Amino acid sequence: MIRFFLGKLLYLVPTFIGITMVAFGFVRVLPGDPVLLMAGERGISPERHAELSAQLGFDKPIWSQYLDFLGRLMHGDFGLSLVTKKPVITEFLTLFPATAELGLVAITIAALIGVPVGVIAAVKRGSWFDQVSMTTALIGFSMPIFWWGLLLIILFSSILQWTPVSGRISLMFFFKPVTGFMLIDSLLSGQKGAFTSALSHLILPALVLATIPLAVIARQTRSAMLEVMGEDYVRTARAKGMSSTRVIGVHALRNAMIPVITTIGLQVGTLMAGAILTETIFSWPGIGKWMIDSISRRDYPVVQSGLLLIAAMVMLVNLLVDLTYGLINPRIRHQ
Amino acid sequence: MKLLTRSLLAASALLMAGAMPAMAKTFVYCSEASPEGFDPAPYTAGGTFDASAHPVFNRLVEFKKGTTEIEPGLAEKWDVSADGTEYTFHLRKGVKWQSNEKFTPTREFNADDVIFSYDRQGNDKNPWHQYISGITYEYYSSMEMPSLIKEIVKIDDHTVKFVLSRPESPFLANIAMPFASIVSKEYADALDKAGTKEDFNNMPIGTGPFKFVAYQKDAVIRYQKNADYWGEAPKIDDLIFAITPDAAVRLQKLKAGECHLMPYPAPADIAAIKADTTLKLDEQAGLNVSYLAYNTTVKPFDDPKVRKALNMAMNKQAIIDAVFQGAGQVAKNPIPPTMWSYNKDIKDDPYDPEASKKLLAEAGVKDLSMKIWAMPVQRPYMPNARRTAELMQADFAKVGVKAEIVSYEWGEYLKKSMEPGRDGAVILGWTGDNGDPDNFLSVLLSCASAQPGGANRAFWCNKEFSDLLAKAKATADPAERTKLYEQAQVIFKDQAPWATLDHSTQYVPMRKDVTGFKMSPLGDFTFDTVDIAE
Repeated sequence: MIRFFLGKLLYLVPTFIGITMVAFGFVRVLPGDPVLLMAGERGISPERHAELSAQLGFDKPIWSQYLDFLGRLMHGDFGLSLVTKKPVITEFLTLFPATAELGLVAITIAALIGVPVGVIAAVKRGSWFDQVSMTTALIGFSMPIFWWGLLLIILFSSILQWTPVSGRISLMFFFKPVTGFMLIDSLLSGQKGAFTSALSHLILPALVLATIPLAVIARQTRSAMLEVMGEDYVRTARAKGMSSTRVIGVHALRNAMIPVITTIGLQVGTLMAGAILTETIFSWPGIGKWMIDSISRRDYPVVQSGLLLIAAMVMLVNLLVDLTYGLINPRIRHQ
Repeated sequence: MKLLTRSLLAASALLMAGAMPAMAKTFVYCSEASPEGFDPAPYTAGGTFDASAHPVFNRLVEFKKGTTEIEPGLAEKWDVSADGTEYTFHLRKGVKWQSNEKFTPTREFNADDVIFSYDRQGNDKNPWHQYISGITYEYYSSMEMPSLIKEIVKIDDHTVKFVLSRPESPFLANIAMPFASIVSKEYADALDKAGTKEDFNNMPIGTGPFKFVAYQKDAVIRYQKNADYWGEAPKIDDLIFAITPDAAVRLQKLKAGECHLMPYPAPADIAAIKADTTLKLDEQAGLNVSYLAYNTTVKPFDDPKVRKALNMAMNKQAIIDAVFQGAGQVAKNPIPPTMWSYNKDIKDDPYDPEASKKLLAEAGVKDLSMKIWAMPVQRPYMPNARRTAELMQADFAKVGVKAEIVSYEWGEYLKKSMEPGRDGAVILGWTGDNGDPDNFLSVLLSCASAQPGGANRAFWCNKEFSDLLAKAKATADPAERTKLYEQAQVIFKDQAPWATLDHSTQYVPMRKDVTGFKMSPLGDFTFDTVDIAE
């Protein structure tokens, strides 16, 4: 198991170097110039432009800027935002818990609903449940997030007034963040009603963000289950006279879970993409919105270091998935 | 409404527990953008100034609420020397600095603070010039302060003299702008000693109507009424900015009672807001202009006849109806009608395709084809440039002119549109910084601004026009200046370097029980006069 883990870890090194290149190159490939964007309609004199570019280090050749970036990374320096002039790592650490909380809740909702729905749909293949749930999943998968989010806000927040429109907690609660996870911080604050408020603010955005992963997980579980249920060992188990709950729950599901867990792991990437839109609609102060703002302002240090940090998080999750995979499936860890 | 009432009740209960006066009034503003920081000097965004310069700070002189007139601020009065190069400010006495957990002031506002506030921006030897690495003072330099201010002299604790290198009549309007906010030297010294200089930008201390309490990045900013404020005390106790970037969501929050007031509604939502009985809508002509700038240095657009012919081919009212949903008025001058010195006697070139064709023939132009540049972003002065360009294209086709629409990424657009020899006419606009006509005319149309780094996208250099502007800038008498600017507008219309398109209307939706909000022609959002009706 340790060798398996170390092997996986070794793979991360070239991946990480590749990511530094992509993260660095991506925003520079886009047309646009942060200095010009700062000046806006007013314009900026060529001398002042050169002066500012030099001050920000943009006058150096691109490879030299890249090496500077790598050099600073080695020292744990992620650079300063061009816009707020604050360290990128500080901003990331302030905003990341909000995205992590939203993402964790969303993926939990997706898995808790998606897996059972997929299993039932597979077991009752061709039934009305199968058809309705799989059609709904297809719709969910094709749903434009922005429109879906607004629709839910109009229904639940404006018309029914069950949930607040946006934000993380009611404005009347005011406490210093400890973990950055609002559900935990609201409990720690000891203020009455804070936790309920945080929860009610989280429901809609988490549902919106969970929509696509839920659809994918449900469909993947169904097809994995169908495949497994056709296997010889399932037939053997049935032939031995095992109860069908046991056959499905122990023999089939455990084997079907292998591709499903991979899918859940892969959804973390999708989740990041969804978070950008979800955070914008629900005024959720996370890293998705932060990245979008920074890209549109060509805030190079934020985009490159931000992408790198996000990629590192996704890699970490994938590593965990790989390890879980090894735990469930002995064949893989012995390969 | 339920939610708001509930939160207000709970909020007042909380405050009561903290031994605050009962029934604290909390005002929630659903702001659009996150502040870049809380020191107004290094930034340029309106959203940043709404969160820093306006609630927390004051300037020597201020814009009178709801106008662009100058009134006393931290300076009670001022004298200007006969040659217009010396401004002596008599500072207000008894103005208290705010305090926070790290700083308690030992003295009141004085001349040292004024000198520090300007010197740190203009003097690169000042230890606070680069208190955060990489900061720059773009407004200070673009308002030409470095070349304008020769020195600032402390006469005594409550008198400072600004010595200018030339007479500059817009000077007072310029220093009423947010970048010229007065900051505390004592606070700076205290932070320096504590080794936490960056807090100057994170935890602002000012003399303004509200005290900064806390900022949760991209989410909430909290302020409290400044009980020691030297001016009229705010009527609300707590001010909260709930940062909500999407216009549709802001409106839903306003409707649900989660905030009292919001900026920048989507033009398409205006009708629905007017129909909602729980909301009301303030509107005002914006201090802006949108235009199509021809390249007056290339053929055939160097001929004013051709430019005028194209202007006459354009149905501007149709553009306003379709693109601005009627929320604007046709522009005939480069400055908006709410600005002093607006020449109302000028006649716009009428929409007349036949006359346009004739004029083109007179100019000897046949089978003209051109490019129209459509900007890729929305601005308060231009909600949809692409659609505007399409309407122009159709209008031009009617007089036999073929137009192709082009667009670039915003930064590229700004850069390429200022490249000499540019092919095509550019859609762009401007929102005033300080209500002075010079801030439109010189910035956008003078010979100096036709140089690289300027903003004269018509590359139009008319000596007579530029001389009038220069003369007005050096003239102190407002009546005399008005005359000069009125003449300049006549030349502008005659030469037609632009098609002037629109002055767009600005809207501010708020809940019905909000009183005392004053719209600013400069687009600022300030809350020291607002109240919530019981």
